[in-house]
Amino acid sequence: MHIGRFGPPRKIRALAVGCAIAVGAAGAVASRAVAQQQQNFDNVQEDIVHVRDGVYMLVGAGGNTTVMAGDDGVLVVDTQFAPLSTKILNAIRSISDKPIRYIVNTHMHADHIGGNEAISKAGRTRAGGNVVGDLGAAATATAAIIAHENVLLRLSMAAPGQPQVPAAAWPTETFATRKQEMRFNGEAVQIIHEPHAHTDGDSLVFFRRSDVVSTGDLFTTVMYPYIDEANGGTINGYIDALNAILDITIASNVNEGGTMVIPGHGRLSDEQDVIEYRDMTTIVRDRIKEYVKRGMTLEQVKAARPTLDFDPRYGTPNGFWTPAQFVEVIYKEMKEAQGPARPQPKNQKSSRKGQTKGGGQ
Amino acid sequence: MGRMAFVAVLTLFALALPSRPALAQADFSGVWQPRYQEDFPERIPGPELVDYLGLPINDAARQFAESWDPSRITLPEEQCRVHVSPYIYRGPMNLRIWQEKHPVTQDVIAIKHYISTYEQTRTIYMDGRPRPGPNEAHTWMGFSTGRWEGDMLVVETTHLKQGWVRRNGLPMSDQAHMTEYFVRWGDLMTHTVVLIDPVYLAEPLVKSQDFVRSQRELAAQTWLWVCEPVVEIANRPEGEVPAYIPGEHPFQTEFAQRHRLPMIAVLGGPETMYPEFQKVMEKAPIPPPLPQPVSGGTRAGGAGQSQPARNGR
Repeated sequence: MHIGRFGPPRKIRALAVGCAIAVGAAGAVASRAVAQQQQNFDNVQEDIVHVRDGVYMLVGAGGNTTVMAGDDGVLVVDTQFAPLSTKILNAIRSISDKPIRYIVNTHMHADHIGGNEAISKAGRTRAGGNVVGDLGAAATATAAIIAHENVLLRLSMAAPGQPQVPAAAWPTETFATRKQEMRFNGEAVQIIHEPHAHTDGDSLVFFRRSDVVSTGDLFTTVMYPYIDEANGGTINGYIDALNAILDITIASNVNEGGTMVIPGHGRLSDEQDVIEYRDMTTIVRDRIKEYVKRGMTLEQVKAARPTLDFDPRYGTPNGFWTPAQFVEVIYKEMKEAQGPARPQPKNQKSSRKGQTKGGGQ
Repeated sequence: MGRMAFVAVLTLFALALPSRPALAQADFSGVWQPRYQEDFPERIPGPELVDYLGLPINDAARQFAESWDPSRITLPEEQCRVHVSPYIYRGPMNLRIWQEKHPVTQDVIAIKHYISTYEQTRTIYMDGRPRPGPNEAHTWMGFSTGRWEGDMLVVETTHLKQGWVRRNGLPMSDQAHMTEYFVRWGDLMTHTVVLIDPVYLAEPLVKSQDFVRSQRELAAQTWLWVCEPVVEIANRPEGEVPAYIPGEHPFQTEFAQRHRLPMIAVLGGPETMYPEFQKVMEKAPIPPPLPQPVSGGTRAGGAGQSQPARNGR
């Protein structure tokens, strides 16, 4: 029940998500073992939200999972944390008893790939011809794991001092092009790479007939965009990705619904929710870009409070990815894009901003 | 709940009680049209920019509004943006209300509102069904459940999309919770809204509006609101989101100047709702009047301006 005072529950939820992403981000350079140590998953329940047709959203801990089920089998987008694998499998089995054929990873953070190994082993992919001849039964023993090539590169090369993610959790099918396409359960599925956004290996998964897009952490409803610089993320790439989502989405004739959007974290959404988030992200980026252009220091920019109007909604001041961190990463990127310092004109007037895609680059 | 909200709710109860029938509940079915005398300038011409008088907004809402450029609604993806249910009843509209009944028991399952503005259909469930979970989608109208308190229909709404507290850039968040009170007085209906928004309101916002029951059906076209986005600004860079740098709104003082009001009043906040704020206003500085138009300017009202400020829809 969410009547009345929304403040505390929202903060608790944001904190929980923040922790999940924190663990996920840590897992990007650490491991699922770290995640397990930091979170107790015993009380986590998988909330199954029917989105449309055979597409469902599972909300547990960590990133949201998308399940697409039909006669051909089950396709799973993102697998949350490893200790939740059994709960995720139970949720999938309540939707379909068909084999799990594919897992798609939207990126490489541990809160999105943690269940890869167990869920893959619970499935069977399709293979034939000389593939089966070479590999035997192993060719179909697990569900295939699909991701952009950079996900495999990041997972297979653990950062110094961090445990290795088991090879069984790595992607088995990667792509290095703009998109990967497949037809499954009678519908076209597009896996679209968005470069240098949340990380450098992000993908959107668009179910064309069902008209549902699963975004991974390229869109959330619970916090500011997390730009994982260490793994290739950038604010301009993130805004490009949000605009790419809006290129896909089309609202219904009453300007809501239509294409449904499953976020990386948070509630089920549609185009308008992405517009609000895109607007917020672009406005904050543009403000900081303008401040950098005026020669302001990071401390001055922070003092100007460029996120004040959005902090009560997206800020997690004491948790992971604070407004200050969000400002810092944008400032750094805008500063680098600006190049060497230039003299600033005096008496600058009010300015209406408005940047193009990647305008800060 | 702030004092104003409390008094408003108490008044409603007091007014509703004497007219409560023994058994029957009020039937709101029919066609209703709003009367605009209350807050007319906001509702028909549209609110002026940086007019936040008497609204219990917080600092975050104020910064949001002060950086809001009306050109935002020229973006194709935002041209058909719908007003959320806490705001939509204030606009020009035709309202049709009917009951949806169970075919066997004739119990009221839901009270439905069709709102001509943006062609919105709203469902107020009366069958006691549970509220959707926290992970379900939010909508313009939100998820509403109703109950009777005597002859007064009380409606609780959650799962709202982000919208407006006032359509000059003052936001309402998707965390807002609305309580409504519908009271019928013959062919008049009073609709009172108590809005709680933990993101953008420092205290509950209470508003009301009146409707008159139409004695005849309206032409079909009066129920339509066809909105098809078009490119309004040629060659606008893709992905642009028009906005002002905080503190640099070019029309920041225009409303205060035109109406000779102190800035501390026009910038709103919970303190501006209460009568004692008048004493504060008496001592507060008032910005100079707007300059007279040089020549050929059209007075938009008040102390003179050379060109009207652009307002939101």
